[in-house]
Amino acid sequence: MDLENIPQTLPRFSATFDPHTLAEIRRAAATGIYDIRGGGTKRKLPHFDDLLFLGASVSRYPLEGYREKCATDVWLGTRFAKKPIHLKTPVTIAGMSFGALSGAAKEALGRGATIAGTSTTTGDGGMTPEERGQSQTLIYQYLPSRYGMNPDDLRRADAIEVVVGQGAKPGGGGMLLGQKISDRVAMMRNLPKGIDQRSACRHPDWTGPDDLEIKIEELREITDWEKPIYVKVGATRPYYDVALAVKSGADVVVLDGMQGGTAATQDVFIEHVGIPILAAIRPAVKALQDLGMHRKVQLIVSGGIRSGADVAKALALGADAVAIGTAALVALGDNDPAYEEEYRKLGSTAGAYDDWQEGRDPAGITTQDPELAARLDPVQAGRRLANYLSVLTLEAQTIARACGKSHLHNLEPEDLVALTLEASAMAGVPLAGTNWIPGQTF
Amino acid sequence: MPVVDLAETTKRDLNAQLHALPADTNATHWTVENSEGQHALAVGLDVPITVEINGHAGYYCAGMNKQATVVVDGNVGVGVAENMLSGKVHVKGDASQSAGATAHGGLLVIDGDASARCGISMKGVDIVVKGSIGAMSAFMAQSGNLVVLGDAGDALGDSIYEARLYVRGTVKSLGADCIEKELRDEHKADLRRLLDAAGLDETVSVADFRRYGSARGLYNFHVDNSSAY
Ligand SMILES: Cc1cc2nc3c(=O)[nH]c(=O)nc-3n(C[C@H](O)[C@H](O)[C@H](O)COP(=O)(O)O)c2cc1C
Repeated sequence: MDLENIPQTLPRFSATFDPHTLAEIRRAAATGIYDIRGGGTKRKLPHFDDLLFLGASVSRYPLEGYREKCATDVWLGTRFAKKPIHLKTPVTIAGMSFGALSGAAKEALGRGATIAGTSTTTGDGGMTPEERGQSQTLIYQYLPSRYGMNPDDLRRADAIEVVVGQGAKPGGGGMLLGQKISDRVAMMRNLPKGIDQRSACRHPDWTGPDDLEIKIEELREITDWEKPIYVKVGATRPYYDVALAVKSGADVVVLDGMQGGTAATQDVFIEHVGIPILAAIRPAVKALQDLGMHRKVQLIVSGGIRSGADVAKALALGADAVAIGTAALVALGDNDPAYEEEYRKLGSTAGAYDDWQEGRDPAGITTQDPELAARLDPVQAGRRLANYLSVLTLEAQTIARACGKSHLHNLEPEDLVALTLEASAMAGVPLAGTNWIPGQTF
Repeated sequence: MPVVDLAETTKRDLNAQLHALPADTNATHWTVENSEGQHALAVGLDVPITVEINGHAGYYCAGMNKQATVVVDGNVGVGVAENMLSGKVHVKGDASQSAGATAHGGLLVIDGDASARCGISMKGVDIVVKGSIGAMSAFMAQSGNLVVLGDAGDALGDSIYEARLYVRGTVKSLGADCIEKELRDEHKADLRRLLDAAGLDETVSVADFRRYGSARGLYNFHVDNSSAY
């Protein structure tokens, strides 16, 4: 044996104890506290990327791009509301709180949504004049904390969204750390400046579906049955949650998958609670169908929507519309590589920055620091968001036309196949090249 | 002086009529008969009128009230005067859970007892309960005053912020971060004002009350407090 020339094995990292895990153990040991961050889950999950459209061929014929119409509009709240909402595109802006976001960022979201003909949504912390002023269609969230909740804003809103949960943290409340509590945020929430604000995880005056029904009735009575009432749930048991929301009298159900972003939550919560949106849409649609309510109670889905392909896939699986949070922030300028030097100083890098709870966002979006916030021009940022929304819509139309659909809502599960067994089972569409859906027998 | 009989008129019509009133309406005193414990009665009012409900009311009676005075000659269900902004709600009987939840202003007076979670997450309202209150009352209470002539149940003022709690009877237990505090002259004066507003005279002495509020120990997360969360 040639002892001098034994091949050198490279040091090998454990797949279980990988470098990230090791670093997290050391961080926990040094601090004694869990990691809090913003954003959504960062691990790879079965997602819309695992689905493909079949497109038209001999058995189906396509529509001509640029010539034949492919409509994109959507009505929301047609079940009970006297004034349902009509949007030009099924891509809506999800609820993100003033407090988590700066006033200018909220304004920019309103501007972008309005140009695109879609809605935007308030968040934990109440309605600001900036966003009401700039949002043609504004959904007012009714959250457990009820920060800033008041009947005037309820009447000023175009719809009301009762928030039961969020995909990033189903079963969890909100968190706004002291660093982000400016005078204005403190005043709107009626709390002392500089303290950590915890938003409750349960509503203070109702628990369970029977109470929710009465709560929804109260909100309708206060607003004279004018406004659509949405119920937002994090994706966990979508079949039952959607059925119970319908039973409780919702006009619209918002279903948020585990990829959905958050302003600030424990990392362990973001990564380990809830299910991917891909797995949640079919059971939700099934619940609506079983109740004879599909398309009568509209379904908005969210959690990791990035492109027109994602939009088209969500709609093909049976959703009426989608909502975007993270992608909208990126369109405004979040995690922009132009600020790389500053992300480095914060121990991060553009594209990975998620310490939104700290309020030191170089892009000036997830902050209450006036100097940082001033970096975001709400008019320009709103324009970028409008452009992005337009691209999402055009992309979804491109796919729908290729599948021969004259409306995005005509997309259907039969237009889809799955690339992986997981996606096939979760989305209930066959594995590409087969007619096999795991778990389904014919 | 309009009288609305809920045996004949729907609740939806009642609320719609009250919402349609102009600020300077002459119809300033309304009576509601046959309430039969219906939910969401006299909700979302925003005019300086008085609505008297002769009978029991269900959930969320006088919810989100502004300006109006709502008097219930009976008991009320969950969430009476929830998220009230201003005005006055007076319950002559008992109240169920979450009375005055998240209310930002105005005065809620309950002549009888209030159940669990009275004043939960209150944000500026004044609440006077002439009887006793149940467990977990004033949970996460942010501001305003809760006055209780009787006793308080378990975990009073758990995770309380800046609200002030005054209890004349016993407190079964205090919640996390809630402590007894000194009843100084300024508090006595404030308490007197609240008792007066609730129609209680000098036979109820402010000196008999104890004050509770936040130790402010949980205002900013600290590892060593983790067992308190
Ligand atoms: C900064 C930020 C703040 C948020 N604040 C709220 C909120 O106040 N209420 C709420 O229901 N959801 C909130 N969300 C979740 C979004 O409404 C939405 O469910 C989610 O962002 C959708 O997933 P996506 O980010 O992958 O598009 C927030 C998300 C972000 C990124």
